Amino acid sequence: MSEPLIEVKDLKVQFNVRDGIIHAVDGATFTINRGQTLGIIGESGCGKSVTAKAILRMVPRPGKVTGGEILYHRRIKSNGSEITDIVNITELDPDGEEIRKIRGGEIGMIFQEPMSSLTPVYTAGSHIGEAVGLHRLVPIRKVGAQMVETIQAHRRISKQEAREIAIDMLRRVGIPKPEQRVDAYPHQLSGGQRQRVMIAIALSCEPKMLIADEPTTALDVSIEAQILDIMRELQETVDMAIMFITHNLGVVAEMAEEICVMYMGKIVERASAVEIFYEPQHPYTRALLKSIPHVGKKSRERLASIKGMVPDPFNLPSGCVFHPRCPEYMPGKCDRIVPSWTQVGENHWARCLLYEGV
Amino acid sequence: MLAYIARRLGYILIMLVLVSFVSFLIIELPPGDYLTQKLQELQARGDRSAEMRIAEYRARYGLDKPLLERYWIWSTHFIKGDFGDSFEFERPVTEIIGQRAGMSAILAISTITLTWLLAIPIGVYSATHQYSIGDQITTIVTFIGLGMPGFLLALIVLFFAMTVLGQEVGGLFSREFQDAPWSFAKVVDLLKHLWIPAFIGAVTGTASLIRIMRGNLLDTLGQPFVEAARARGLKERTVIWKHAVRVAINPLIVILGSEALPQIIAGNALVATVLNLPTLGPVYVRALQVQDMYLAGTVLVFIVGMTMIGNLLADLTLAALDPRIRLE
Repeated sequence: MSEPLIEVKDLKVQFNVRDGIIHAVDGATFTINRGQTLGIIGESGCGKSVTAKAILRMVPRPGKVTGGEILYHRRIKSNGSEITDIVNITELDPDGEEIRKIRGGEIGMIFQEPMSSLTPVYTAGSHIGEAVGLHRLVPIRKVGAQMVETIQAHRRISKQEAREIAIDMLRRVGIPKPEQRVDAYPHQLSGGQRQRVMIAIALSCEPKMLIADEPTTALDVSIEAQILDIMRELQETVDMAIMFITHNLGVVAEMAEEICVMYMGKIVERASAVEIFYEPQHPYTRALLKSIPHVGKKSRERLASIKGMVPDPFNLPSGCVFHPRCPEYMPGKCDRIVPSWTQVGENHWARCLLYEGV
Repeated sequence: MLAYIARRLGYILIMLVLVSFVSFLIIELPPGDYLTQKLQELQARGDRSAEMRIAEYRARYGLDKPLLERYWIWSTHFIKGDFGDSFEFERPVTEIIGQRAGMSAILAISTITLTWLLAIPIGVYSATHQYSIGDQITTIVTFIGLGMPGFLLALIVLFFAMTVLGQEVGGLFSREFQDAPWSFAKVVDLLKHLWIPAFIGAVTGTASLIRIMRGNLLDTLGQPFVEAARARGLKERTVIWKHAVRVAINPLIVILGSEALPQIIAGNALVATVLNLPTLGPVYVRALQVQDMYLAGTVLVFIVGMTMIGNLLADLTLAALDPRIRLE
């Protein structure tokens, strides 16, 4: 079951700007398995979104992938049996045909801003139709073809078929009266409905993975719950992996099986969701969890917060980047030695000197 | 929709009445009128019957009547298509406009077409290649285009064409075709002359349009829906033209409507004066100078009418292109 779909190895993304170089992602390593949900959490600006965009080769200028590799395990049918072809996404031309087939077709993405993620002059249906027309092909059945090896002939989808798919997808994401709403323009839809349409667009091409970049941040809580429900329901029916990016710990607990915690471009801890919440190892993860308010637990104490400020990205602290804010700071060590990726339990990794025995 | 258009047309009518009255007043404001100037001119030449002739003119054009009455006579005739007579040309205004409006329209339409064909692609290139060398060069050139007045450019082109190319410039026809009937050769001759004023008009018009297109597109390119379109696997060209430009270009429709249509009547009067073009612009400027009031008033009413019709057309086009805009 745990067959890898995306393997990210030592990914580095840099932004060369006038004031210096920002290491937006600095050596991220993780694997997303088929059908699995991986949560990525961290504060704003920690590199979560850039990591996701790197997978689609969509890092905005002046950002650049400067190291590491992203391996996409693509399954292809050949002679009736399935083989896995490994594509190194970091080596693809960012505007080439190959990556464009993966974008939208094999890896879909939904964004933080449902209000402005749809082009205002096109209907919901035409957005879905555009994606479907680009990526979905219909096999042409040749009657009486007597070949052992069937030639895979495909044609593009017709307008009418695209419309039917659009209506069907809108129904599946829970939009009422999809036959009418298919012709609705974005401004005629609510924020929640727009995000549903975004999900419908992404899923209409039956991708192997969905990247959800803070998909519910801009929505209110009751809508958030509905959107999360839809994503989970659809994931079960289509066997799709989800990379779920959020800064909301409650949401990630609900969605993800495995979680990566990011801080200043580095993944500081990775473990199953249960372990992250019940046995966090990295001091940053522990501090994050302490900062969640608990319902029903009335306390006179103030809510715990992580001391200090997020450091200046041009002037990162030496050693472990978290050391100036760390409650378990070991002087002479943490400010000198860069911690390495250490296994701290079964399938549980952290980047902290506490576990390196130095 | 129809009701909306009818209402807008009603507003245009009211506006035209107001504008025609106000412009009538303003043209009247300076002391004296066309005939007082004419009288001085004739007397200076020693014409003894000047006083008598001027009085005759005054009666003929009804200039001895009070302002309101004159306005009434002119405007009621105007509705019937009689715009009065030009003092200076001593011919009906209808005739003068009829002679020159065609050339004005041809020049304006070719200028506008050239402007848009240049400005949109350059603006898009400039925005999609922000801060590249191409963008920097475009920026410099557009600022020169913005800063340089059209008539100065016309003089430079005139000088260049005469000294370097040895080409006869000015006017829209060579001498031999001036009064010739329309023929294929005459059209070719027209095109040979037309490119100069069209180019000059395009350079000044393009510059501002490029800046607007560039700015709008840069704003739009930063919008999440552009990134979302890219994430669907669309080609970069499709992302830019079908999604970003399609949204960024809408404000320019308003410019096209409200600036292009009046330009057809009397656009670029200064450039046309320098180049001695047989268009309405120079005639209009001259009419204002010598208080040739029926001619000036008529052209003004047409400019205002075209501006408002242009605005209406722009609004209708915008409503058709952008589903967020609704006519109420």
